[in-house]
Amino acid sequence: MKLPLLLAALLAAGSALGQPVKIGELNSYKVFPAFLEPYRKGMELALEEINAAGGAAGRRLELVIRDDGGTPGDAVRVAEELISREKVDVLMGTFASHVGLAVSNLAAQRKILFVASEPLTDKLVWDNGNRYTFRLRPSTYMQTAMLVPEAAKLNKRRWAIVYPNYEYGQSATASFKKLLAAAQPGVQFVAEQAPPLGKIDAGAVVQALIDAKPDAIFSSLFAADLQKFVREGNTRGLFTGVAVFNLLAGEPEYLDPLKDETPQGWWVTGYPWQAITTSEHTKFRDAYRKRWNDYPRQGSVVGYAAVYTVATAVRRAGSADTEKLVEAMKGLEMQTPFGPIVWRALDHQSTMGAYVGQLARKGSEGSMVNWRFADGARFLPSDGEVKALRKE
Amino acid sequence: MTVLAVKDLSKSFGAVHAVHGVSFSLAAGELLAMIGPNGAGKSTCFNLLNGQLAPDAGAIELDGRSIAGLAPRDIWHLGVGRTFQITATFGSMSVRENVQVALLSHRRRLWSLLPLAARHGCAEADALLARVGMLEQAERPCALLAYGDLKRVELAVALASRPRLLLMDEPTAGMAPAERDALMRLTTALARDENVAVLFTEHDMDVVFTHADRVIVLAGGALIAEGTPQAVRADTRVREIYLGGADD
Amino acid sequence: MSYASVLIQFLNGLASASSLFLIAAGLSLIFGVTRVVNFAHGSLFMLGMYLAVALAPGVGFWLAVPLAALAVGAFGAVAESLLLRRLYRAPELLQLLATFALVLVIKDFALWAWGPEDILGPRAPGLAGAVTIAGQRFPAYDLFLIALGPAVLGTLWFLLKRTRWGMLVRAATQDRDMASALGVNQKGLFTAVFGLGALLAGLGGALQIPREPATLGVDLQVISDAFVVVVVGGLGSIPGAFLAALLIGEIKSFCIGLGFSKLTLVAEFVVMAAVLVLRPWGLLGKVRAEVRGAGALEPPLRLPSRGALLGLAALFAALALLPALHAGYTLVLLTDVLLFALFAVSLHFIMGPGGLHSFGHAAYFGLGAYGAGLLVHKASASMGAALLAGPWLAALGAAAFGWFCVRLSGVYLAMLTLAFAQITWSIAFQWDAVTGGSNGIVGIWPSPWLSGKTAYYYLTLAACAAGIALLWRVCYSPFGYALRAGRDSPLRADAIGIDVRALQWAAFTFAGFFAGLAGALYAFSKGSISPETLSIPRSVDGLVMVLLGGIQTLTGPVWGAALLTWLQDAVARGVDYWRAVIGGVILALVLAFPQGAAGFLRERFAR
Repeated sequence: MKLPLLLAALLAAGSALGQPVKIGELNSYKVFPAFLEPYRKGMELALEEINAAGGAAGRRLELVIRDDGGTPGDAVRVAEELISREKVDVLMGTFASHVGLAVSNLAAQRKILFVASEPLTDKLVWDNGNRYTFRLRPSTYMQTAMLVPEAAKLNKRRWAIVYPNYEYGQSATASFKKLLAAAQPGVQFVAEQAPPLGKIDAGAVVQALIDAKPDAIFSSLFAADLQKFVREGNTRGLFTGVAVFNLLAGEPEYLDPLKDETPQGWWVTGYPWQAITTSEHTKFRDAYRKRWNDYPRQGSVVGYAAVYTVATAVRRAGSADTEKLVEAMKGLEMQTPFGPIVWRALDHQSTMGAYVGQLARKGSEGSMVNWRFADGARFLPSDGEVKALRKE
Repeated sequence: MTVLAVKDLSKSFGAVHAVHGVSFSLAAGELLAMIGPNGAGKSTCFNLLNGQLAPDAGAIELDGRSIAGLAPRDIWHLGVGRTFQITATFGSMSVRENVQVALLSHRRRLWSLLPLAARHGCAEADALLARVGMLEQAERPCALLAYGDLKRVELAVALASRPRLLLMDEPTAGMAPAERDALMRLTTALARDENVAVLFTEHDMDVVFTHADRVIVLAGGALIAEGTPQAVRADTRVREIYLGGADD
Repeated sequence: MSYASVLIQFLNGLASASSLFLIAAGLSLIFGVTRVVNFAHGSLFMLGMYLAVALAPGVGFWLAVPLAALAVGAFGAVAESLLLRRLYRAPELLQLLATFALVLVIKDFALWAWGPEDILGPRAPGLAGAVTIAGQRFPAYDLFLIALGPAVLGTLWFLLKRTRWGMLVRAATQDRDMASALGVNQKGLFTAVFGLGALLAGLGGALQIPREPATLGVDLQVISDAFVVVVVGGLGSIPGAFLAALLIGEIKSFCIGLGFSKLTLVAEFVVMAAVLVLRPWGLLGKVRAEVRGAGALEPPLRLPSRGALLGLAALFAALALLPALHAGYTLVLLTDVLLFALFAVSLHFIMGPGGLHSFGHAAYFGLGAYGAGLLVHKASASMGAALLAGPWLAALGAAAFGWFCVRLSGVYLAMLTLAFAQITWSIAFQWDAVTGGSNGIVGIWPSPWLSGKTAYYYLTLAACAAGIALLWRVCYSPFGYALRAGRDSPLRADAIGIDVRALQWAAFTFAGFFAGLAGALYAFSKGSISPETLSIPRSVDGLVMVLLGGIQTLTGPVWGAALLTWLQDAVARGVDYWRAVIGGVILALVLAFPQGAAGFLRERFAR
């Protein structure tokens, strides 16, 4: 009896003496490097700041970073490794929706906190929500909802929609149609194009949209698909006299490669990093530039805020015990470069917002103008709807 | 006793009458050579017999049973063994295994999943290999055999089903004269001992006239002569075709 | 659609067709002469893109394009002479493994050299704008591409039909052995053809930069398109590739124009499956002489020695005892290794003894996983029932697809398996209501008593060991022998009463069942499934496992599965450029042991 007791005491003492809180971060670094390289830099910056300030609850934070291979199966294996070999206290990360869902599902099974930083799927906190999963970024629904007021204001009748043919594009489209139809009765959706992700046949898609003679277009394209679409659309004159709304296109990751193709006047969600002058953002931007000699991208903010989330939760829980952390996460209030956020107890969604604005081009650089901050808290369905979805 | 009876066999490819009204028969233990210049219809005739082609008209009867139009594998199951002009064996298997597979197929045991094939019918396989003089090489992979030895393996494989009829397409092609003679003597002995009818095509007239019991001659898709080697050799039409023809 | 838009969509189709043709022509040429299935062709295309994007700011677009193409051509020639040349006499498909390794290396090279961000190239000077056709604006550059396709076709035609070199290429395409017998210098010819093919791929990539950004994912996107075009057109036929590119370009264009954009996900594979079923040699392809004596000969299958059996028994015992010593992550990893081993062994069963090269084996893995997952999710079946029933869905799928596949052979068969796998994938990907679409199905966990790592490990060990043992045993059975007989000599097999097709069909279905069992076990081990379980990369992983271990050995796939799974786990954890490292390891293994790891060991100890 004596020996186990002694061991237990020793272990307890060890943790009190500053055994680090281990964050198991897994992400598709090789599949989505454009977003995730800045993400990683954001995480590391946050980690350094937190540890320099004495850590959380008297313990240092440690990141154990893994590539999840971009597939749910590999991600689950990697997460298992983080849990059972690295004995991490928290899981964090993931990019693509299906990977996020798979890891969230594992987190519930293995009973470990999972801070899903990037995956956008609504299902993560609603249909498939569980006790252990919390999501940082504004979801597909929220970002779509942020664009709807502007869209409704224009009062365009004929809308065409283009989206990448997978869950993110499908749910963005469904949410947009539902919300816009509610905000603007009588609106018509005259064409829908769903090219395969990463393989848009831009010329044909643009021509098909021209044929539909829309007054406005809602797009959830991003990355290479967006660039192809924009170039073809510019050449073929699709965008002349047509209002265009595009999720995510204002994020530097997707906006910067457009350079002199940047379409003027598009309504987008994104991150005008040059122009935000709040003190919390300026502090973050300066620190980031100093540390990395580079400007922050959307990914940088997400990575940075994700690590701070864990630190804040540990502080509030006073421990890295999973159940205490989960309770601490509920209703957790904290500061981010985008301003204060709350982690909703109702559905484990953070109220992090996004910037909504219009694209503009100066020389061969694109940027966001006329932007405003859209607080995530204001773009969520009613509690009743959420509860019905969560089936808890 | 008639093993094979062919009556009025015909096959056309478009407008070309490759085989036209050919009739002949073959008795157990008899070696019948089918000869003729290139394009005479030998190959077509052979492929009609072995099932590669289906005849347009005519009858092929094996022991009184029609086999015309059946698939090659069904014809084999009815008792027709074959050897090929260019040998065809299973290169990744040993000589013995080649025979064992034929034995298994004959007994319709190929669909069993659990017994060990290599334990099946070793004694019978070895007996057949001994018969063709290949027992010493039973363990060797077929891929490593000399050409003449492969011909012997094919004979053993063909005999595994205790066939009534053996079809041999150019059995001695590509072999040295001494080897040819040995192979044909072996074939003759097998035919007599096992009471198998043998039909073979052959270019080498020495082989034909030395080893065949009877000869049929095809020209232009039709049978133009039939008889003992001596009779056929003396036939004027045959002489015309072979001596006067430019194509052989 | 108005007449104007029909015309414009037709022109769009032509422009896409030109791009498709450039890459497919090179692939077809390379395959026709060297019989190498060049997986890295998409990577060469990507290199062309990046080189052109990198060069254009300095030397201008119009000079950057030929420079990039030439550089990629030179790279291709070097890769052929340093790497592939050493492998022409290795077992079939080993070159494919080598080119797959090149894919990994080139991808990480591009990431290292040009960074992670997409790079949108400049518009083509002089052709930057649009011309008005039928009242619609159409990119001038696309008109240039439309003209370029036939121009390249004409140039290749001239090269192949009117020059001495072209005559040699055609001779080698028709019958490599005959060309060799006639004294054609094969080495030089192969290198030159590979270089030319690479140059065309590089040109295709470079010419795309005004239309799409250089991205790291483009290699794999392009390669599947290129395979489809080459196969539909007929392997080795350049005009066939042109015709197929036209067909597929137009079909996609009009799918979009008519509002069926979702079909473009799978349209090309449906076309390929239809062509292969109805006209197996492709639109303009010819039935060709088989390559005689190529590759290493497979030795006879010997019953395992007592020592080997004891070794396997000891391995099994060690695996069974392991949880007593160690209960951590190793069990999770070993669970993966075991079920991938079963997956690889089932693939080997049809590829090795069956001689049926499947590029789409993941279809059956995925069907097993979905079968089990759907039973749990939709029918609330128990885990036991789902595990037992799931593989039957895979067997059913294998029986349906296999019926068509076994009517083909060689690369055609491989491509048909790929097409069916892609069609299955796209159904799983798009049939939201049933399969959960791109997100898949989550919440498929084992029954509580099996949900612990150790318990599930034992279940996997028992099921996989039994499955593998059974598949191996069948190789020694009359059925296994008959299967090999059909592979070694279909002519002889037929002549001794073997129904080769029926056997192959049965084997295909049998293997599909066990791939499905592996998939069902996989689903419960991960708790979720998504279309990724039946995607091309999963099929490729299976191929790599089989080839890495050695296709001519029975145990090879097990070692291959263990090696690849371990590499992916260990290297991905420790190294930034892990893809390049895995590619490098595969290249080193391929060059050192062209018979595969297990084949090497066997050769060593057989002497």
